Amino acid sequence: MINQLSWKVGGQQGEGIESTGEIFSIALNRLGYYLYGYRHFSSRIRGGHTNNKIRVSTHQVRSISDDLDILVAFDQETIDLNYQELHDGGIIIADAKFDPQKPEDTNASLYSIPFTSLATELGTSLMKNMIAVGSTCAVLNIDTELFREVVQEIFGRKGQSVVDRNMEAIKAGFDAMREALSGQTGIMELAKADGQKRLFMIGNDAIALGALSAGVRFMAAYPITPASEIMEYLIKKLPAVGGSVIQTEDEIAAVTMCIGANYAGVRALTASAGPGLSLKMEAIGLSGITETPLVIIDTQRGGPSTGLPTKQEQSDLMAMLYGTHGEIPKIVMAPSTVQEAFYDTAEAFNLAEEYQCPVIMLTDLQLSLGKQTVEPLDLSQVEIRRGKLFSDELPEIENKEYFKRYEVTEDGVSPRVIPGMKHGIHHVTGVEHEETGKPSESPANRKAQMDKRLRKIKNIRFNTPVYKNTPHEEADLLLVGFNSTRGAIEEAQERLEADGFKVNHAHIRLIHPFPAEELLPLVQSAKKVVVVENNATGQLANILKMNVGYAQKVHNHLKYDGNPFLPHEIHSACKELF
Amino acid sequence: MATFKDFRNNVKPNWCPGCGDFSVQAAIQRAAANVGLEPENLAVISGIGCSGRISGYINSYGFHGIHGRCLPIAQGVKMANRDLTVIASGGDGDGFAIGMGHTIHAIRRNVNLTYIVMDNQIYGLTKGQTSPRSASGFKTKSTPQGSIEPAISPMEMALTAGATFVAQSFSTDLKDLTALIEAGIKHDGFSLINVFSPCVTYNKINTYDWFKENLTKLSGIEDYDPANRELAMQTLMKHDGLVTGLIYQNTEQKSYQELINGYSETPLAHADLKLDQVHFDKLAAEFM
Repeated sequence: MINQLSWKVGGQQGEGIESTGEIFSIALNRLGYYLYGYRHFSSRIRGGHTNNKIRVSTHQVRSISDDLDILVAFDQETIDLNYQELHDGGIIIADAKFDPQKPEDTNASLYSIPFTSLATELGTSLMKNMIAVGSTCAVLNIDTELFREVVQEIFGRKGQSVVDRNMEAIKAGFDAMREALSGQTGIMELAKADGQKRLFMIGNDAIALGALSAGVRFMAAYPITPASEIMEYLIKKLPAVGGSVIQTEDEIAAVTMCIGANYAGVRALTASAGPGLSLKMEAIGLSGITETPLVIIDTQRGGPSTGLPTKQEQSDLMAMLYGTHGEIPKIVMAPSTVQEAFYDTAEAFNLAEEYQCPVIMLTDLQLSLGKQTVEPLDLSQVEIRRGKLFSDELPEIENKEYFKRYEVTEDGVSPRVIPGMKHGIHHVTGVEHEETGKPSESPANRKAQMDKRLRKIKNIRFNTPVYKNTPHEEADLLLVGFNSTRGAIEEAQERLEADGFKVNHAHIRLIHPFPAEELLPLVQSAKKVVVVENNATGQLANILKMNVGYAQKVHNHLKYDGNPFLPHEIHSACKELF
Repeated sequence: MATFKDFRNNVKPNWCPGCGDFSVQAAIQRAAANVGLEPENLAVISGIGCSGRISGYINSYGFHGIHGRCLPIAQGVKMANRDLTVIASGGDGDGFAIGMGHTIHAIRRNVNLTYIVMDNQIYGLTKGQTSPRSASGFKTKSTPQGSIEPAISPMEMALTAGATFVAQSFSTDLKDLTALIEAGIKHDGFSLINVFSPCVTYNKINTYDWFKENLTKLSGIEDYDPANRELAMQTLMKHDGLVTGLIYQNTEQKSYQELINGYSETPLAHADLKLDQVHFDKLAAEFM
């Protein structure tokens, strides 16, 4: 009996690899298992190796596993590229069609199952993925009938006979594998899960749902990996609340349309990845100086330029902090789990309106696209706060003077009105301006307006700027990260603790303004600090050193080959430091 | 009811004396009053350049954005509040050089707003460089040997991009220009009005006199029919684009707003933001 399992299915892109993983995962999620899936894919539509690695566990997991129990292969390339992840007792289940060969240097077992020919016998070779799912069920001793509900939902529209045939395919796969195992099933039997209903979603789903829950009614965006799912979800769901999405001609149109919509009083967002964010930089400055609320999601991927468009990286950090010319108030957030992505997205709209400034919410490809089990999300925790937005009638202003939209106030935040309000007329410009918005180059005014804007975010109220799992007052090691590295760091922390080290973990959720006060005592009380990040130059480590100091203690653990961190990599790198 | 004086504010434009943009400002103010607008229900969104300053010279809501981007900002405003009258405006560099991508797509998207280009065939605020509207051979600081690129033909381009309202005017024809802006505001869709607005400081070729000599009024062309796209194209080509009046209008095509699936009848800006629990539960269940 095992508590967790690592399963990978691979083949050529466009061959149904994704649906194989999808059906397997949804069914297991409904049984109450926690899942964590990560897709390896290429920037092309058909052809090229793709795989979907899924971890199944009886407790929450937020990282890819180090090794592999079962590899399901639709071609030899899948075996050749992935067999080294298999541990000694691991198994390969491969389609007999390509006469699979087991590499010499592995102790894993190979089972050749006629996926394609069994599927063809049952009606269509397309069902080979169902045969593969069924074969896996035999290894795990999972009743194939548990898949009926999912199969019904997916194929129900195509008629009962299609549902029945797919169920037969799963059963045929189960029987063929049982025969290959000489009648034995459950050679890797999973411990029973708790049967609780939980969500199964990618980070981008949570972001889109969070935006909808926060009252977003407009989105403008340009398609880009790995952000497009956010737009696609809202295209489906916004009409039900009267809202709409415009797929724009380019990234600049997307961000400036959002600025226009926010100026006119609608909660609007745009989402993109590094190349898009580079193009949006000037407009982010416009949002900053005009104090127009703006929420942008940056789903980081491998850069620079087109870089590694379908691979994991966290290298946009400095660009998001300092990319815009000039100096503006800006908030940069970085949720580390899918749950946080939901609540933080909703909160981003409150912060954008309360502080009247751009809010960039960073994710990364692993967080945005990794499909995983998520505890139920609570709408009652989503607040809607609009800051100093006037909705009451305004007093008449004499002599056609403008409303003081940029009034210098103690907290720096000025009253805001939206077009259409009587007596609220004012000017908005990206040129430096005085309190009514009229252009002004006066040195005294320049200083007053700069100071006003920049002090808005000095005392920002942000719930949990740093996620902390810090059991030790004095630690041997403080592990620091942001976004999706949280799961791998958590597992490395557990293993280091088991080795006898005292390890604290801080995951930074608010990157700008930087929560230096929260981090300082943790850095001070640790012998060494290791900053784990998916980039080549240690951007987060540099920000930490810049704000907190103690540069001599801070070590980098970097990975920039396009793949997410595995727990064992962090574990061994940290051990080497002692 | 508001008069054109209500659309005047107390800001003195920083345009050169004699600049064509003064008349465009006056025409917008008159047209807004003539169609019965109140100042708070008009939003003027402008680009960067001399003409971009216009949003600060009209007593209405105004947004002076970044170079070349007045159209997406204006479309965002209109999407957020369909009850507002939105006018986007800027120069020929703003709309036909740095912002050309947005211009083409705003035309074909057909969001219900009016775009007024103040076309002076030169870059004025940066002190006299060539513009995409400058004719070949045009000598400027950036083209000392004369421009070797042909000028863009914005009206023909608009017709090919699927425009539903295309007009052109001359800034001294205040009456005609005002009437065209009124018609543009009333048009249910995207209206493009290109206005020859001479730069008295840097453009010594395309002067007031030059335009008076070279422009042809469509109203004087026998049997001209602005509903006939083919005729519009032929007439533009025949006169090298130098015509004024309503060039083309398609009153059948629905605006973008009318075609959006599920788009709220009331302005999105006034929506109740709270998502109800039943709706949320239904959305969450789709992930189980």
